[in-house]
Amino acid sequence: MLPEEVAKLIGKAGETVVMEVEKGAIKRIADAIGDSNPLYWDEEYARNSRCGGIIAPPGFTGWPAKWRWNLYLFYMPQYSDLYREWVDAMDKAGYTGRLDGGWEFDFFQLVRAGDTLACTPKITDIVERQGKSGTLTLTTFEMTYINQNGDVVSKTRNNMIYRSRS
Amino acid sequence: MAEQKQLYWEDVEVGSEVTPLSKIATTQTLVKWAGAVGDFQPIHYDDSLAASQRLGKRIVHGALKRSWLIQMTTDWIGEQGDLRKFSCQFRGVDYPRFMKSSTEPEEGETWWCKGKVTKKYTEGGEHRVDCDVWLENGKGELTTQGKATAALPSRD
Repeated sequence: MLPEEVAKLIGKAGETVVMEVEKGAIKRIADAIGDSNPLYWDEEYARNSRCGGIIAPPGFTGWPAKWRWNLYLFYMPQYSDLYREWVDAMDKAGYTGRLDGGWEFDFFQLVRAGDTLACTPKITDIVERQGKSGTLTLTTFEMTYINQNGDVVSKTRNNMIYRSRS
Repeated sequence: MAEQKQLYWEDVEVGSEVTPLSKIATTQTLVKWAGAVGDFQPIHYDDSLAASQRLGKRIVHGALKRSWLIQMTTDWIGEQGDLRKFSCQFRGVDYPRFMKSSTEPEEGETWWCKGKVTKKYTEGGEHRVDCDVWLENGKGELTTQGKATAALPSRD
C-alpha cells in the first residue's frame, strides 16, 4: 500500500519548463555519447541533408533549464518542481535507493538546434512491484515536449525506481 | 552514418541483425555525460556514496546506455530513416573503466549494443520495422534491454 502523501501525487502535473535547444549542448551530448554523426556536428553537411540543419540526437530534448533551484542533487531538472516534490514525499515516507528504471519515447518531429521546447511533466502512475530483492516502487513521469510552432515533438516516459522503504 | 550506404526496407527481414556498435564507458565518459545533460547524481562519480547505496561503486548513467542504443539504431537506419519509438529498461548496473592517461582507458570491459528485427510492416503509409535492442557488458550480461521502431525508405 502506498502511503497517502505518495499516492496523492498520481496524476499531478508540474509547471511547464521552457528550454532552448542549443547547438553547443547538442555537440556536448553527442561528444559524451561518442556519436560523430555529422547531423549533430557539421552545419553545412546538415543544411544540405534532408534534415535541413543541425538536429539533436533522438532523446535529447534540450539543455535542461538547470540551476533554477540551485540544488546540486536536482537529478532530472526538466521535471521541474514536480520532481522535487516527489523526491521530498518519497524521502519523507522512508523510500531509499532511487534508480533510473527505464525510458520510453515517441518521436513525432525532429528536434532542431534553435528550437524552443516547452516541457510539461506529469506523474502518471506510482505502483509497487515484487522484485528479486523485495518490493520495488515504480513512478512513471510523462513529459510532453512542444516546440515553438505548437507541434508535439515527443512524448517521453521515465520510470524511476525506489528499491526499498525503511 | 554518412559514409555507410542507406538501408532500405527491402533490405531487412525479420531476424536481420542491427549492425552492432561497441562502446567503452570510462570515468571520463561519465564526467562528460554528467556535464552534457546536467545529471550530477553522486552515484555516478562518488564511490563511497555509491557504496552506501548498495551499488558497490560509481555506476554508468542509465541514460548514457540508452543513448548508445539509440546511436546504434540511428546509425543503422541511416539518414533517410526515422526513429519513431524507442524504449529501454535498465536490468543491471555497469561500472566504468578507469583512465590510464588523459586520453586512454585502462584495460577492462567493452560493451556491445546489439539488436534484431522482430517485425516488418507498413503503417500510416510508412515502411516500418520493430527491433529488439540490448546492451551486453564485458561479462556477457544484458544490462539494458529495449525496443525500437523505425520508418525506413522503400525502393518502391
